[in-house]
Amino acid sequence: MSASTDKTVTLPAEPPLVTGNLGFHDITQLVSYHTEKRPPSVWYMAIAVSSTLLCVLMLMIAYLVWNGIGVWGNNNPVGWGWPIVNFVFWVGIGHAGTLISAILFLFRQQWRTAINRSAEAMTLFAVICALLFPTIHVGRVWVIYWTLPLPNQMEMWPQFKSPLLWDVFAVSVYFMVSLIFWYIGLVPDLATLRDRARNAFRRRILGFFSLGWTGANRHWRNYEKTYLLLAALATPLVLSVHSVVSFDFAVSIIPGWHTTIFPPYFVAGAIFSGFAMVMTLLILARKIYGIQNIITMDHLEKMAIIILLTGTMVGFAYITEFFIAWYSQVEYEQYAFLNRATGPYAWAYWTMMSCNLLFPQFFWIKRLRRSIPFLFLTSIIVNIGMWFERFVITVTSLHRDFLPSSWDYFNPTIVDILTFAGSFGLFMTLFLIFLRYLPMVAIAEVKMVLPQSDPHYYDKHEAEHEAN
Amino acid sequence: MPQIFPRKSNTLPHLSLGGMLGSGVIVVFLVWYYFSPEYTDVGYAPEQPVQYSHRVHVDQLGLDCRYCHNFVEVADISNVPATETCMNCHEIVLPQSTDLAPVRASWAENSSIPWVKVHQLPDYAKFSHAVHVNNGVGCETCHGRIDQMEVVQLVEPLSMGWCLECHREPENYLRPNEEITTMGYIHSEGFLENNLNRIKQEGIRPPTNCSACHY
Repeated sequence: MSASTDKTVTLPAEPPLVTGNLGFHDITQLVSYHTEKRPPSVWYMAIAVSSTLLCVLMLMIAYLVWNGIGVWGNNNPVGWGWPIVNFVFWVGIGHAGTLISAILFLFRQQWRTAINRSAEAMTLFAVICALLFPTIHVGRVWVIYWTLPLPNQMEMWPQFKSPLLWDVFAVSVYFMVSLIFWYIGLVPDLATLRDRARNAFRRRILGFFSLGWTGANRHWRNYEKTYLLLAALATPLVLSVHSVVSFDFAVSIIPGWHTTIFPPYFVAGAIFSGFAMVMTLLILARKIYGIQNIITMDHLEKMAIIILLTGTMVGFAYITEFFIAWYSQVEYEQYAFLNRATGPYAWAYWTMMSCNLLFPQFFWIKRLRRSIPFLFLTSIIVNIGMWFERFVITVTSLHRDFLPSSWDYFNPTIVDILTFAGSFGLFMTLFLIFLRYLPMVAIAEVKMVLPQSDPHYYDKHEAEHEAN
Repeated sequence: MPQIFPRKSNTLPHLSLGGMLGSGVIVVFLVWYYFSPEYTDVGYAPEQPVQYSHRVHVDQLGLDCRYCHNFVEVADISNVPATETCMNCHEIVLPQSTDLAPVRASWAENSSIPWVKVHQLPDYAKFSHAVHVNNGVGCETCHGRIDQMEVVQLVEPLSMGWCLECHREPENYLRPNEEITTMGYIHSEGFLENNLNRIKQEGIRPPTNCSACHY
């Protein structure tokens, strides 16, 4: 049911958001039957690998809790090491979800509908991985509740002047708001699954979580209003969470950390890495689950453009840091940056530079933006680069501290490496469970952007009217 | 389509919302009360290897604390007396008592009596008895009416908050140095003013920073 023949359309036509001339029922069928049938064999292989990694993570955590932080490579000047690198890495990845769900929603970017569900799920799972690392990094995990302002026998409160405490609140609020936002969006789709359910048990479970949704007009009105309000609430969080994470560094007085550019630079980096991770996951998922008509080449291209934009912003920040170090005339700041680019961690610095600034520049070429293998490769490279960014920031500034006698080189241990690998197991296991049991695309929202939903071109008429 | 759930399940969202808020408050209260040493530790009175009665020795016979705990004014720890200290008297007093058999055995075999520690501070908290008893903190302030106890028991929580209460406002607790070992001490008229003067004159500034005790 193509509508492009209508002669009233005068604006340059956007490519259709859903290809393959799909109807309403086709969309429902295409998405929901993956939750109803046995998953493809690739899924079983993937869950075998990821749950093995998850077991490795559990073992490593048990080993760590039993023995203490000494099993990691953290040493005297480098007290933060990999756990904090991994924390920032995962929190950063967890940024694409709210950006797509909240900010793109408020800006009426309709292409978000195809990817928002899985991006938000990915966000939640990435934030779970992120929360894990500072929790185990405190050493005495059993008193982690000291980070919360609870009345206690010590008559002690958390240090409200510390950005590390702000982090506790920023990240946990972000997690809760993302979870509620994700769940509200799921309600109509869960009701769809409930109505398709063949056995009573499945119907009851889905019925419980779909909160009695019937698709009534009043339900839709309440839903739309709630969604809009939550989007407005979540939008500041997109900017605040990673700003607060950057305060962990920027509020200190360590050369290389103590810079005002950190909050915007971290937020740009977070969106950059988040989109790369969404791309990695969706390139695989759309192929395996055969939903190329919903998550189309145009969606991937738009994500590639965002990666190009944010990657360039991050690269600009890297260069600005050098300029400011020179311009400030502070010799410690200058040393910190020269040491980054030419010192013992130069290999990490140049990995970061080439992965984050240089490699995404290939996306200026349209042919590469629309090449699946190249997109996949870039998304992996960007995430490697963003991990190295956090490594460079954390480790290079710490390993040359104010007392030259304590300067040291940081080497990760096998426990560091296996814990990080294991966190991917946690992330992938959760994501695979999501793919298996929940609709991976927001069915109801995708239906709203089909041409059939707007048979009389109300939107276009309005736009035309305004243009005249 | 038939309804899956009965009509009364409509109250579930409200109930669960209220339940979550309520259980949050309850959890905070439970941690605050039941995780505190005031609940878990106060009243600890283990059975000792010798049925030694502080009531008999202090209240009836009038021994000073420092006769047995003789290092308290010079050392961080207030020592549990050596068997020899007991035998100073008990060679002559009740030399055949069956209750004292473990003490005589300890003396004969030159081995320690395995007293059970009642006032247990964590290893990461440093505490000096000497500093406290030489600056007006009485035995009774932390250990309670030892002179009334048949078996020694813990009467104060020894929690960090409890320490800080005195460290923040020592004038409420200090007593003259000559009354340190007095049991059942009653503060004199105008003690607050006297204490404030003393704190000023002697420069008593109980620290409240972390490394005062944790180092």
